[in-house]
Amino acid sequence: MWDYSEKVMDHYRNPRNVGEIKDADAVGIAGSLTCGDQLKIYLKIKDNIVTDAKFQTFGCGSAVASSSILTEMIIGKTLDEVKKITNKDIADELGGLPPEKMHCSVMGYEALEDALKKYKEEGYIDLDELNNDNSSDIQKEKIICTCFQISENMIWDAIKQNNLKTVEEITNYTKAGGACGKCKEVIQDIINTYYNKEKSQNNILTPTQWILKVNNIIETQISPELQKDGGDIELVDVKDKAIYVKLKGRCSGCKNSTMTLKNFAEKILKDTLGSDITLVEVK
Amino acid sequence: MTKLIYLDNNATTKIDDKVLEAMMPYLKEEYANPSSMYDFSKKSSNAIKEARVKVRDLLNAKDEKEIIFTSCGSESANTAIKGALAYNKNQKHIITTKVEHPCVLNLYKQLEKQGYRVDYIGVNSNGVLDLEELNEAVDEDTALVSIMWANNETGVINPIEKISEIVKSKNKNTKLFVDAVQAAGKIPIDVQACGVDMLGISGHKFHAPKGIGALYVNSQTMITPLIVGGHQERGKRAGTENTPYIAGLGKAAELASEGLKYEETEVKRLRDKLETGILSRIYNARLNTGIAERVPNTSNIGFEYIEGELILLHLSDIGICASSGSACTSGSLEPSHVLRAMNVPFTAIHGSIRWSLSRFTTEDEIDYVIEKLPGIIEKVTSISPYQKELKALKELKTVNYAV
Ligand SMILES: Cc1ncc(COP(=O)(O)O)c(C=O)c1O
Ligand code: FES
Repeated sequence: MWDYSEKVMDHYRNPRNVGEIKDADAVGIAGSLTCGDQLKIYLKIKDNIVTDAKFQTFGCGSAVASSSILTEMIIGKTLDEVKKITNKDIADELGGLPPEKMHCSVMGYEALEDALKKYKEEGYIDLDELNNDNSSDIQKEKIICTCFQISENMIWDAIKQNNLKTVEEITNYTKAGGACGKCKEVIQDIINTYYNKEKSQNNILTPTQWILKVNNIIETQISPELQKDGGDIELVDVKDKAIYVKLKGRCSGCKNSTMTLKNFAEKILKDTLGSDITLVEVK
Repeated sequence: MTKLIYLDNNATTKIDDKVLEAMMPYLKEEYANPSSMYDFSKKSSNAIKEARVKVRDLLNAKDEKEIIFTSCGSESANTAIKGALAYNKNQKHIITTKVEHPCVLNLYKQLEKQGYRVDYIGVNSNGVLDLEELNEAVDEDTALVSIMWANNETGVINPIEKISEIVKSKNKNTKLFVDAVQAAGKIPIDVQACGVDMLGISGHKFHAPKGIGALYVNSQTMITPLIVGGHQERGKRAGTENTPYIAGLGKAAELASEGLKYEETEVKRLRDKLETGILSRIYNARLNTGIAERVPNTSNIGFEYIEGELILLHLSDIGICASSGSACTSGSLEPSHVLRAMNVPFTAIHGSIRWSLSRFTTEDEIDYVIEKLPGIIEKVTSISPYQKELKALKELKTVNYAV
């Protein structure tokens, strides 16, 4: 028996907004009969606001609950807000889903995405598209898992939205790899590529972006901790991988200041920026 | 608390009170090791002797020495298969079916990696084994044929006597192992008449507790033991005998032998009532096994364009327990391998529900299910995205009834 949350049970027992909207402005579909679950979502949109949403689902308890709660989450929202909803938001709103059932929330996300895409094709202009940093990834429609018809793009999205690290997790979230298993190696490659890319992203930053990134980490993650003890830290300069900082307040005269730098500040910087950085204290 | 209506007896069964009673002395005061040399152990060793005779009688084996007690159906299968193959290392070919229980199928997957050639015989759309295909598959290299007596998901019975004839006429040295876990207590088993070399059963499928099983190995068949240690079970399965559970299995075997008539008449009558009740009231229901011969307690019904887990969840809310071949319930993402081997259409495979009765099932319970199920199916069907297909199906059915 699955360990479903009260909210999941409430939603499959009493699904909200079931049915079809005959004159819908957008209809999105995810899944298929062969795979064992399909979700159809119907949207009414007026002045960029979702005024009504209904769904029909062929699927298990968590698929119905995901669809039902999704309609509640989007009614009354602007398209810009709706666009930002991820599968994780759906699962969170339900009070969590068992790991093996996360793909149900992904299906909700996909159906919504499909509906928005179709709506856009008919004239809605996506303002965010211009500074979308991963538009190149959207090309990845290549099917990786033939058993469940899962594309590279879907796997990529699932990794990104949920921080997935293993093939097993990918299977729980997207189903890919859950049948014959022959696609598992390719999925592993995708995971590797994703995390290599993330790591190497530090290298392709411009010098200014790099400095801003360093400063941001110091201000949000290091400085507040030191302030708790009456001290502080300030970024003096960044020369490639060398980061120059100055300790202030209580920290500056403190005997433990080197320890603070080495054990705390340098660790955080290395964890976030890569182990090849060095931290230099300026007196 | 709603009343519990348990229709999942192919998964496991309730322990019969008489079985529990037979076990109690050996869980309490009669704790002696049956191999010991003092009088205190007499009762224990006698209990085991008696149980062996009762299991022998259930299977109609020639000699109780041919019965080995094991911990479960899976252990019986593993002991038989690995044991027979280890004893005869020359032949490297195995034949089994596409619809065996995972405890057998996963073992063959392992053996394939070790260099065995395994043929998986298919079934027709009702779940009936293709005997022609079996006949063609047996050759001089065939060490073992392993076929279940009755299928756990569909209840479909394999003609073991005929299968044995086919196998032995093509290669008299080939050993036949039968997984009879779902047959024991439901239909008569006669290992002698049917020419079976090895056969496994599991107590918890016929009202004994979980964790006890038995393996029949006829006196002509040699196996290398799986569990090596002491001399228990005539050196075929080491480990101090589980006296209380063995006594329980013995009692359950005795009750099963006595109850076969009731299975064949009453249990079957209730199963058929449930089946016709469902099929006549629900237009998108289909019997997955057609006219195949089945054990009396099992019915596998597919509900088209809806998904099984959701049906089970709604049933569970009113205390009804059944199980499903859908992908979602198994956690495996793939629908049942048995229903896929039968080519059950994708419209129905995910919505297939297995109902399995027992001698404890009552008429009231069946009436209750027949009364409540149509509403549940209607509710689940009403949220399906396949309304057009469902409507067409409904019209088709009404036309059929009208004719
Ligand atoms: C046909 C069949 N074989 C073997 C087994 C395994 O039996 P056990 O659970 O006792 O290991 C089962 C139980 O589900 C079964 O249905
Ligand atoms: S191709 Fe992905 S599981 Fe078969």
